[in-house]
Amino acid sequence: MKPFAYERPDDAQGAVATVSADPDAAFLAGGTNLVDHLRLGLATPSTLVDVTGLTSTEITDAPDGGLSIGAGVRNADLAADERVRARYPVLAQAMLAGASGQLRNMATTGGNLLQRTRCAYFQDLTTPCNKRQPGSGCSALEGWARHHAVLGATHEPADVACVATHPSDMAVALAVLDAQVRVLGAEGERSIPLSTLHRLPGGEPSRDTVLAHGELVTAVDLPPSPIAARSTYYKVRDRASFAFALVSVAAAIEVVGDTITDARLALGGVAHKPWRATAAEEALVGAPPTDDTFRAAARAELVDARPVESPRGGTAFKLPLVTAAVTAALRGLAGGEEHA
Amino acid sequence: MADTGYLSGVHADLSLTVDGRRHELTVDTRTTVLDALREHLDITSAKKGCDHGQCGACTVLLDGRRTLSCLSLAVAHDGSEVTTADGLGADGALHPLQEAFLAHDAYQCGYCTPGQICSAVGMLEEAAAGHPSVVTSDLGADLTAGVDLDRTEIAERMSGNLCRCGAYAHIVDAVDEVAHREVAR
Amino acid sequence: MTLTPHAMGTAMPRPEGPEKVRGRAPYAFEHPAAEPLYLFPVQAAIPRGRVTAIDTSAADALDGVVLVLTPETAPRLSDAIDPDHGVLQSAQVHQYGQYVAAVVATTSETAREAADLVRVTYAQEPHVAALDEDSSELYGPDTLVTGAPADDTRGDPDAALAGAAVTVRATYRTPMEHHEPMEPHTTVAVWEGERLVVHEATQAVSWTRQALAGAFGLAEDDVDVVAPHVGGGFGSKGGTHPNTVLTALVARAVPGRTVKYALTRQQMFDLVGYRPATIQHVALGADADGRLTAITHDVVEQSSRIQEFVEPTAAFSRGMYEAGARRTTHRVAPLDIGVPTYMRAPGEAPGSFGAECAMDELAGALGVDPIELRVRNEPEVDPEQGLPYSSRNLVACLRRGAERFDWSRRDPTPRSRLVDGWWHGTGVAAASFPVVRFPGSEARVRAARNGALGNGAGAPRYVVEIAASDIGQGAWAALTAIAADALDVPVERIDLAIGDTAFGSASPAGGSSGTTSWGAAITEAAERFRDKYGDDPDDGDEADATTPDNPWAAEYAMHAYGAHFAEVAVHADTGEIRVPRMLGVFAAGRIVNPLTARSQFLGGMTMGLSAALHEESVLDDRFGHVVNRDFAGYHIATCADVGRMDVEWLDEDDPYVNPMGSKGIGEIGIVGAAAAIANAAHHATGVRVRSLPITLDAFL
Repeated sequence: MKPFAYERPDDAQGAVATVSADPDAAFLAGGTNLVDHLRLGLATPSTLVDVTGLTSTEITDAPDGGLSIGAGVRNADLAADERVRARYPVLAQAMLAGASGQLRNMATTGGNLLQRTRCAYFQDLTTPCNKRQPGSGCSALEGWARHHAVLGATHEPADVACVATHPSDMAVALAVLDAQVRVLGAEGERSIPLSTLHRLPGGEPSRDTVLAHGELVTAVDLPPSPIAARSTYYKVRDRASFAFALVSVAAAIEVVGDTITDARLALGGVAHKPWRATAAEEALVGAPPTDDTFRAAARAELVDARPVESPRGGTAFKLPLVTAAVTAALRGLAGGEEHA
Repeated sequence: MADTGYLSGVHADLSLTVDGRRHELTVDTRTTVLDALREHLDITSAKKGCDHGQCGACTVLLDGRRTLSCLSLAVAHDGSEVTTADGLGADGALHPLQEAFLAHDAYQCGYCTPGQICSAVGMLEEAAAGHPSVVTSDLGADLTAGVDLDRTEIAERMSGNLCRCGAYAHIVDAVDEVAHREVAR
Repeated sequence: MTLTPHAMGTAMPRPEGPEKVRGRAPYAFEHPAAEPLYLFPVQAAIPRGRVTAIDTSAADALDGVVLVLTPETAPRLSDAIDPDHGVLQSAQVHQYGQYVAAVVATTSETAREAADLVRVTYAQEPHVAALDEDSSELYGPDTLVTGAPADDTRGDPDAALAGAAVTVRATYRTPMEHHEPMEPHTTVAVWEGERLVVHEATQAVSWTRQALAGAFGLAEDDVDVVAPHVGGGFGSKGGTHPNTVLTALVARAVPGRTVKYALTRQQMFDLVGYRPATIQHVALGADADGRLTAITHDVVEQSSRIQEFVEPTAAFSRGMYEAGARRTTHRVAPLDIGVPTYMRAPGEAPGSFGAECAMDELAGALGVDPIELRVRNEPEVDPEQGLPYSSRNLVACLRRGAERFDWSRRDPTPRSRLVDGWWHGTGVAAASFPVVRFPGSEARVRAARNGALGNGAGAPRYVVEIAASDIGQGAWAALTAIAADALDVPVERIDLAIGDTAFGSASPAGGSSGTTSWGAAITEAAERFRDKYGDDPDDGDEADATTPDNPWAAEYAMHAYGAHFAEVAVHADTGEIRVPRMLGVFAAGRIVNPLTARSQFLGGMTMGLSAALHEESVLDDRFGHVVNRDFAGYHIATCADVGRMDVEWLDEDDPYVNPMGSKGIGEIGIVGAAAAIANAAHHATGVRVRSLPITLDAFL
């Protein structure tokens, strides 16, 4: 681990000014991802700017009936908030499905959003990785890629390929809730849709988000969402607890009579970003809430899917898994009992 | 050793109150709370199992909440109160959870045990404060009176603490006993 | 002699328990030292080749760095050592992660930073790191790691298979697995003149002493190894690994200074052994009544090019069931990777997966209940040795488990029970593990009537010393109980001292042998003590003994047995797999300490569940290293993965195994557990998974 200076500015503006002015500075919040990466030699800042206490730790009712979540709110407190549990169950479930009790006590809302994508080769300094070392190649394409992408990844050319996935459960729920992310930069504050905060690797896999260096997440705003009262988060993983998603589904639907009248769907574990499944949503609306509908919707989302075909463990299994998980999640919301 | 003028590390003065005793120390900014305890203060109750937040052996109560000391930079916790398993009991006695771990043989090698016990203490307080878990049946319910912990709840909430000896069944027995003793009280 | 149990058989909390639950029991790293130095290594980033240059200038320049050692500057070691113990002795690289340099500094942060600054240049050579059963490099070893012949054929199994009424032929695969005890391998070393003092995370202080004495050309008496508490081992802390030699080597260069080195979790996947991957071709032939006429179990498995380790995978099939003809073989692929080692039930754990799944498949093919099939093939005498059994109660375990698991109401039809969207099924598998006694453990009994431990004129206390190790199995409690019964005094009068070579030589905590080997030595020393001094000794009276040979060893075959039952639920949509219920019933002689024994069995079963569902070290053969090299990547079971788990043991009186009447219990809990889960998963879904771990992909 490289030595670093530690600073604790008086306010968020000061923190933003400090980091904006120093390309080697980084924000420190809960530390659960950053300290991990410092130790791996993956993050090498010369200055850490601690933003603990500089952004809100409150969850407040917004005038429009939504909620505003301070970036400093700890994951555990967000999940426990009774307004979140009652009005946005998908968010509470997603938070609680993530990490462990200890990590949820530490990790913040802002930090959770800005955790890096995960890939064993990204974390391992001895192997090629386009994200860590641009142009070096992607080791996962023919390597151990069980947790990797099926949607929106870059498979070629080789010098920019990246099939990593974003690991946040919270962000998948926020994607389905149409959350807005408030960001403070040197030029002032802006608000961006959560669905555009994270980016696909494209030709520049080293960047996980659209934020400029020095921009600080200060809050997440949840619009009022009646449909979210009937929402759920279904996480499929290789262990019963304390594991990253293979595939996760954040879903909300509204059913009137025998027809789905509105639907929100997002997928985790399948892409470089939380994946809002708009094609599936379109396929759902107007259809009856049956397993056939749910499967067809999932398949509609997967039309352009491209799994990692690795001899050492790829992601082809995620195609039927996405379909299965979407079906199970939506069936649960619709109250049905059909099975495969 | 060298005269390049490059001093390794940036150092900071800070204080930590550990198990009720205040310590002043100077540490590298890179030093975690875990290493501050183990390598600077010779307080070795919290264990290093993975150093990456993946096993829970380093769990302490940091300002009252269960926290992974391996991912907590000491410099960021100046003035904090740290409670390790060694500081849980009053007046040198064992904490009820420690007694329960002994009675149920909820450990084998003992290395993950202090972290398990700190985690259980923090977890019981979280449940009493109405924090749900992913297996809580009705997330929309009024939880202000606390969450009743069945074995499934306990196991889920303790899953941030790995035990390679495989004492989980006994760990759940021990925590279950204390959880329901406290509820009864 | 045979002991009369008083303390034995009574639940006894661990004497070290209060210290462990507070976190005060000292593990190796926690041994206090004035101004210790911290070691951090530089590891090879190639699987095979040669270091051509090392630039340490940036590391040397760091304030706080005391020393950077490279193959050019390191002190020389003796030549007569294990191939992977020759750390920093040459520029050759034989595995990824091999130590190529080491830094010691005044803080751990500086040591690690400096190690990152060392620049190493390599000339890489071609390597092979994939287990390929068609490889031209496969060879037939002479012996298994146990010393038994690698191949063993009785009768004409191919002819028997050809003539069998029913046959099952299948290939089973088990992955490379890592022990990953929660306490990382750790060495704290200091040279005091020509004496080397080491606090070590080890299952075998004597073996560590022997290895270090050999490496440094010292007399064993000049090496002290201390390990009162060890944070798990499961085999990896049995043998001595390069990290221990490296720490002692570095310490030699800074005499009088204590050097501490705890491996990072990532390093734990490189250098301290693993269970090798296996490919098992199993064939069973039976007559129409379900009596086995042939068993073949042919194994291809991985090892290291620099040192042979032959996992005794098929040995399980040599003694489990009666069969007219039998063949067990092992072929080894020498790879450019680290050296495998013993991991909890080496051989039995992977071998029982193939063998006990095949039995389940045969039961299905015959239309015979899988418990009944095993009962029909119960041998009269041990098929391998031709000896009668000292005791064998496998059938009783199966019957008792069936009763508790409500087996008689089981519908054998696969994929027949769907509950709330999950397919449920149940499965069974059998287990066995040999009674192992290692020679050479020295035990001493000394009376203490005065001084700190004594109580003057009152009843004497007894100091019992033996260089045993407690890695969590409960030696502190069990040996105290054995000593108490051997001396015929209450446990409160025993002061046990273990985990230190100051007490002489002792065999390891491994092979489920500890209680047998150490207990027999303590019993012998106690007998001599009482013969010499009676029950009213003087302060300081002492007697010692070394583990005696078992006089019955050539007369009887000695094994513990068990039966695993598992219920598995598989999600009908997603294939997620859970194990809501497990039961293990064991017949393992006298249970010395029921409290800790239950933990041993549960621990083995939990590790078996973990192997069944989670564990796989993914060796990326392009680089030659394990890529899922931490606890986020290498999953072990969490608390939430364990459902209801019950253990029962049968009363078994076996006067032949040892004076305690006990059989080892540290490993049998894992043997067959994965097979029971795989068999239950098949019953739940109709899908037969023949490769571990069993993950949801199999059911999609």
